[in-house]
Amino acid sequence: MSNLILLFAVFLGSFVIGYLLIARIPPLLHTPLMSMTNAISAITLLGALLLFATPSSAMEKILGAAAIVTATFNVVGGFAITDRMLRLFKGKGQDS
Amino acid sequence: MSFGIDFSVIAVLFCGFWLFREPPKARFGNMAAACGLLLAVVLVLTRHDISGPGVVVLAALIGAVPGIALARAVSMIQIPAMIAFQHGAGGIAAFLVSFVELTRPAAASMLPVNEVSGVLGLAVGSLTFSGSMIASAKLAGRMQQAPRVLSRHTLLVVACSLAMLVVGVLSFFLSGGAAMSLYALEILLGACLGFLLASRIGGADMPVLISSLNATAGFAAALCGMVIENRLLIAFGATVAASGSILTYVMCRAMNRDIIRIIFPVYQGDREGDRIVSAARPASPDSRKAAVTAGQSDGSPPFDRALAAISSARSVIIVPGYGMALARAQFRLAELAALLEQRGTEVRYAIHPVAGRMPGHMNVLLAEADVRYEDLLEMEDANPLFAETDVALVVGACDVVNPAAMATEGTPISGMPILLAADARRIVVCNYDRQPGYSGVANLLYDNPRTIMVPGDAGATIGSLLDAIRNQTTQ
Repeated sequence: MSNLILLFAVFLGSFVIGYLLIARIPPLLHTPLMSMTNAISAITLLGALLLFATPSSAMEKILGAAAIVTATFNVVGGFAITDRMLRLFKGKGQDS
Repeated sequence: MSFGIDFSVIAVLFCGFWLFREPPKARFGNMAAACGLLLAVVLVLTRHDISGPGVVVLAALIGAVPGIALARAVSMIQIPAMIAFQHGAGGIAAFLVSFVELTRPAAASMLPVNEVSGVLGLAVGSLTFSGSMIASAKLAGRMQQAPRVLSRHTLLVVACSLAMLVVGVLSFFLSGGAAMSLYALEILLGACLGFLLASRIGGADMPVLISSLNATAGFAAALCGMVIENRLLIAFGATVAASGSILTYVMCRAMNRDIIRIIFPVYQGDREGDRIVSAARPASPDSRKAAVTAGQSDGSPPFDRALAAISSARSVIIVPGYGMALARAQFRLAELAALLEQRGTEVRYAIHPVAGRMPGHMNVLLAEADVRYEDLLEMEDANPLFAETDVALVVGACDVVNPAAMATEGTPISGMPILLAADARRIVVCNYDRQPGYSGVANLLYDNPRTIMVPGDAGATIGSLLDAIRNQTTQ
């Protein structure tokens, strides 16, 4: 039970700290922000990996592998595209 | 011990968000977040024995290679569709993990809280998946962008949600194969709900849809974490949920609408809509004609007057909209701005929060055209400047500069904060035609006597302006 309370606390704490930090990000960067958080949401990759940590049936392995495929697609593509976008933002000192 | 390590990894992620406040540091922020995620994966791999590492690596490669390839190949114009597509992929992963966890034999000893989280994870994950795919298809132009309303749409949404509730509750009392089919049904229903919700949202409301899918993707991940009691998953998912919620709120506020109204639009029949739209128009066609002729008092074609206004302006504020993206006019626009700056004109850009199809869309498009980010002004900073500006150059923007938002009650955009382009000494509008924007409300700015309307493809218009001013400069 105490473990569950801790997990809720982790959720709430992360939500609040995340909220406070993200609220300070200027609208200028909202598209890259969304793209980056999109990549972060593929953290479900951890869950997919953990499916392979315990003995599992063939069906479970297939679904787990499918989850790994989609999650890595999301995470790798998401961070790569965010980086591409952020490289475009140039300031006064960085004229090409 | 494992506590401390987990929290350090979460701290790395927060560091990423902290660095994201300014463009030069944001790249490092993105890298920090990527590191945080990588550390989390490494932690899981070291703490647990992974059976069949070959399968895992192969699956990861199958996902990663096209992920990278697509991320490198897409043009900036396709970014919104791409992000929505990736959201969809993340949604699949979320409901698959919840599904397997719920159906494996060990699930019999699962606590009720974890089970509830699992069922919610199925629902939110599948909803995120189908909603994102619809959003992506709409943004990529593979599907009509206008809202698609089925008959009794709201009833279908309510019925679908109720069915999901019933199936979810039933699944607690069943086990084995019966429970498994109920979970599968829950996924199916979730996908239907996502389709129903997303298909009804379109056009200028897309930023709200895509932001809320961002939030649901985060919630799906956090719920997934509750099922397997993994702190890292919960923390990462929660921050994404927070980010999506903030963006959704910002988008709604910038349109002066609440999220419920966007998800459940109220259609009061077409007649009502017509009345509202005509209320925003000038009283009669005659007065409109009068307003237009007042603007054309010297009888010369609009392009020449626009050229004269811009080439003699000392200060210009450019107001871009989705039309600029459609016409791919940002590159020639940036060239024009650079040329004007060379001639001593002060040029800045005013960015409305909901211009485009996703939050901050215009900033990315203009950054790609090498516009310096210092020149991209937010609405609050730009609005006081319009009154002292010679020319407001509107490129493919309509609703976000429509004074009807302030002047007329009862229209869909009434009360929406707008860019005060109408305050500038002259307003040059490079829009495709005089049609109203997505809201359907006629644009009062077009009837302003100080407005010079240059209809046609914005890319072509800006290109001609650029050539003409270049010729003036070299002569």
